[in-house]
Amino acid sequence: MNAKQIDQQQLLKDEKDPLTHTPVHLLSLENVGKHYGNIVALRDVTMAVDNGRVTCVLGDNGAGKSTLIKIIAGLHQHDEGVLHIMGEERKFDSPRDALDAGIATVYQDLAVVPLMPIWRNFFLGSELTSGFGPFKSLDVQAMKDITKKELAEMGIDLRDVEQPIGQLSGGERQCVAIARAVYFGAKVLILDEPTAALGVKQSGVVLRYILQARDRGLGVIFITHNPHHAFPVGDRFLLLKRGKSIGYYDKKDITLDELTAQMAGGAELAELAHELEQLGGHSDVVKEVQAEVAGTSR
Amino acid sequence: MTQTLIRPPSVDERVAVRNPLQNLLGRPEVGALVGAVVLFVFFALVSQTFLQPNAIATVLYGSSTIGIMAVGVSLLMIGGEFDLSTGVAVISSALTASMFSWYFSTNVWVGVILALVVSVAIGFVNGWILMKTKLPSFIVTLATFLMLTGLNLGLTRLIGGSVSSPSISNMDGFKSAQAIFASSVTIGSVDVKITVFIWIALVAVASWVLLRTKVGNWIFAVGGDSNAARAVGVPVKATKIGLFMAVGFCGWILGMHNLFAFDSVQSGEGVGNEFLYIIAAVIGGCLLTGGYGSAVGGAIGAFIFGMANKGIVYAQWNPDWFKFFLGLMLLLATIVNLIVKRRAELK
Repeated sequence: MNAKQIDQQQLLKDEKDPLTHTPVHLLSLENVGKHYGNIVALRDVTMAVDNGRVTCVLGDNGAGKSTLIKIIAGLHQHDEGVLHIMGEERKFDSPRDALDAGIATVYQDLAVVPLMPIWRNFFLGSELTSGFGPFKSLDVQAMKDITKKELAEMGIDLRDVEQPIGQLSGGERQCVAIARAVYFGAKVLILDEPTAALGVKQSGVVLRYILQARDRGLGVIFITHNPHHAFPVGDRFLLLKRGKSIGYYDKKDITLDELTAQMAGGAELAELAHELEQLGGHSDVVKEVQAEVAGTSR
Repeated sequence: MTQTLIRPPSVDERVAVRNPLQNLLGRPEVGALVGAVVLFVFFALVSQTFLQPNAIATVLYGSSTIGIMAVGVSLLMIGGEFDLSTGVAVISSALTASMFSWYFSTNVWVGVILALVVSVAIGFVNGWILMKTKLPSFIVTLATFLMLTGLNLGLTRLIGGSVSSPSISNMDGFKSAQAIFASSVTIGSVDVKITVFIWIALVAVASWVLLRTKVGNWIFAVGGDSNAARAVGVPVKATKIGLFMAVGFCGWILGMHNLFAFDSVQSGEGVGNEFLYIIAAVIGGCLLTGGYGSAVGGAIGAFIFGMANKGIVYAQWNPDWFKFFLGLMLLLATIVNLIVKRRAELK
């Protein structure tokens, strides 16, 4: 039984999507494409982000996930299709442009400056100052207090905001970056594989903050290659493969198993099982993969 | 519920109560401070004259001529770059001021202002090329260093017909410029050179900028991780170019001092001095890789340099040993910095 695919045109043109509260989407992409020279990195991608909803973008390595977020975050410009922010057509020239439009991106690796204290990282690029003219100085105490308070409200209990952020665990660092984006009034929060380098427990912590951000009314774009992380928190799922959309689903129309199967691709799994068998792979593993294949072709 | 999470750090059981000594040991300049104290006590013991006020004033003067540049170089290093052209840029600045006012017979101050423009412009060009090409600052400033060295020699001979600039001591404005850049202030019975006060003022301003302004935050950020800084909206290019220009400004002050302390400048001077400034910054705890350090550290580094330089003379040793000693200090300081950085990054 195949999951019913959302009619993408319908979703964008008539605002009858049950997830939509506002007459227009917070952010939407329509047939967006991007090529680097003669290499097509992305084509015909259509998706929408709404307040208080999580849109997951799933895909394996090289599927075009990074290209997609780079377009939304203002690092690259798209060549085809249109990008709408609150119904208005936009094209971002720089990350600053996207930030000003309320789009904050939390990158997996370059979210923070490791040697700087947590509070300095939290306010980096948007520091609070007091005083006039050339004598403007940082309002250190206020920034420390706000950092502590904001992190506490996100449920992050930090030891000391004065410690270098490099001393925090990967998950905690992601959370500081998320809290920062929330505090600075982001409307759309892009999370680039926030759980990729994390352990099971840390991933759980980050997933909880994604839900916290959602409950605060942000539109979240959650990029991942792990359907087990995406399914529990997502409201919509966009699946990418080789730069193309291979499916766009509403949560009610798809199950975790189906999502996993779509991600992995049944045919490829079958091939993998065959290959493992030929290489004299461990019989248990082969059986496991075969069971998986059976599951996907159901 | 969330309210209970907000609590003062002292109550948090995961934060061990640190005694003031431990806090001090976490500072970037601590290695240099310990070194400075050890060195001071050492020279005070081996030399009878080292503790006399006049000797201290001489040591401070020697330190200030390195320290003024070390302020700019430290900031630049914290910002993740370094500049090999500083030594000769100082001489370029002095030559610009003296040659221009001599050749056109203007008031000396016209040359001084022009030299400021030239110095800051050299910094701008360094930074701008660096940002445009994304080459390492080592290569870009090495090129500037060589070009300025050649220009200093070539232009001085072309215009003045000699390897040194002509004397400008009889020209209008020389006395007033000398009062600003190369006079002495008498405290008690001791003459203290004005550069010592300029140095201290520069360190104070740089510390304030670094720790208490937006720009300071940006300097740490562009040095620590320029990609992360760019992603959160820090103007990375402007910050780095500005740092090079600040180095140019420091070079101008020192260049003017060199000019007005005498009345002419040797066009071949300055080569090799860029390393002294970098050494002062590194001994003072600035990481070569950027993102960590302090202006006070650079000042302590310069003071160590000044003490070692003059102390060896007061101790009546052969100054040949000075370079060996400097190298040893540099090595030890870098090792201390490495340990500090590892401790800050890892847990």
